[in-house]
Amino acid sequence: MKEFGRYVMFIGSLFVRRESFKTYYKLVLEESIQIGIKSILLIALVSAFMGAVTTVQTAFNLVSPFVPRFVISQVVREMVILELAPTIMAIIYAGKVGSSMAGGLGTMRITEQIDALEVMGINSASYLVLPKIIASLLMYPLLVIVAGFCGLLGGYLVGSIGNLITPYDYIYGIRSSFNEFTITFALIKSFVFAFMISSISSFKGYYTQGGALEVGIASTAAVTSSVIAVLIGDYFLAELLLK
Amino acid sequence: MIEIQNISKTFADKIIISDIHGTFEKGKTNLIIGASGTGKSVLLKCIVGLVQPDTGSVYYDGRDFTQADKEIKAEIRREIGMLFQGGALFDSKNVEQNVMFPLDILTKMHEGEKLDRVNFCLKRVGLENINKKMPSEISGGMKKRVGIARAIVNNPNYLFCDEPNSGLDPQTSILIDELIQEITQEFDITTLVVTHDMNSVLGIGEKIMFLFKGCKLWEGSREDITHSGVKEFDAFVFANKVMSALRDK
Repeated sequence: MKEFGRYVMFIGSLFVRRESFKTYYKLVLEESIQIGIKSILLIALVSAFMGAVTTVQTAFNLVSPFVPRFVISQVVREMVILELAPTIMAIIYAGKVGSSMAGGLGTMRITEQIDALEVMGINSASYLVLPKIIASLLMYPLLVIVAGFCGLLGGYLVGSIGNLITPYDYIYGIRSSFNEFTITFALIKSFVFAFMISSISSFKGYYTQGGALEVGIASTAAVTSSVIAVLIGDYFLAELLLK
Repeated sequence: MIEIQNISKTFADKIIISDIHGTFEKGKTNLIIGASGTGKSVLLKCIVGLVQPDTGSVYYDGRDFTQADKEIKAEIRREIGMLFQGGALFDSKNVEQNVMFPLDILTKMHEGEKLDRVNFCLKRVGLENINKKMPSEISGGMKKRVGIARAIVNNPNYLFCDEPNSGLDPQTSILIDELIQEITQEFDITTLVVTHDMNSVLGIGEKIMFLFKGCKLWEGSREDITHSGVKEFDAFVFANKVMSALRDK
């Protein structure tokens, strides 16, 4: 509880004594490139393979001749949009971006770069962390959209090339009985997870004490805590929005 | 001028500094010296506000810094330049961007003016044509000098240096010391240097405060160090073989 209290106070401290809009604009752009653009390849690759594997495994399990083949792509669609794109990608995002945020801030802490900002009269938490959170909130939903598209595309390619499902059935299945709210739900999840991962990772990194060993520990703790928070958040969001 | 009154700090029931008071004069190089672990850096951090003291007050030209609210503290801090032990340069920025950083954040100067000021400060610390180098591409001594350039770029009234010579060879150490002293006199600022380097004490110690086990035991100038009359201070000063030989002579 004490740690949670510190986290809440940390989030509160981001919004006091802020710098100019121009300063944040530049920083958010830099962070967006760092954490968004540079993650696209990994996210696209992982999601394409996940979509492909989901297609193969669903086809493997649908052995009844009474079940039409387009159900495969319906299952893939629901899996990708509801869970793989927003949640599994969040775990990958926590591993790549969250650990990098915690490591970067931790290193700045132990090399007194954060102290240097404070001595200049700058709110270091706000200056360093707020742009990361805003950039995450901007970029992660876009990454989820990319992941959803690549997941479905991966399934389409593997299903077609492997003769598991015809391209026509695949497209038909994706469009059949489609509930648009799943997209809204995935995007809501992406915003929540983006905030959780960026704020928790920054919190862990910002309060690093000690040396290089502690920076490594902070990075690991950032990933662990973010993943746990994402999984808990995933459950509560499903309970809240899908019932 | 900076005045400190009854500064004490305890970490986990361990007294780090106890009841320290003193004044650091404008236009002079004021030194806080003592062996490792005597609380010099904690005292410095209490003075600049990176650590909140348990008791006592710090006054910057009469302005109470310790009790001030965040806005006033931020205002006073904008008059402070600080050189950190490792330089504390921002890894993601090059030399020019590092030195320009306080101007970017704290002033509304035009790009051209900022660049002129950066180049002036870099020239002042003896560094030219390294604007585009990254901190990882320059030596420890150069990092310190870039740190000094960043500290003075916004015309501070107060300059703090935490162990400016640590990790440097003797010649570079002397250069850094001389630079700090020259800047102090040239810009008429209040400079406070934390060190345990006797060369610095002898070279630039216009006003010296000696800490021992968290307490102030002696205060004076470099001219007074051979006749302090304080046993612990003598042990610190004459631990150096050259100093010891000089005394015996």
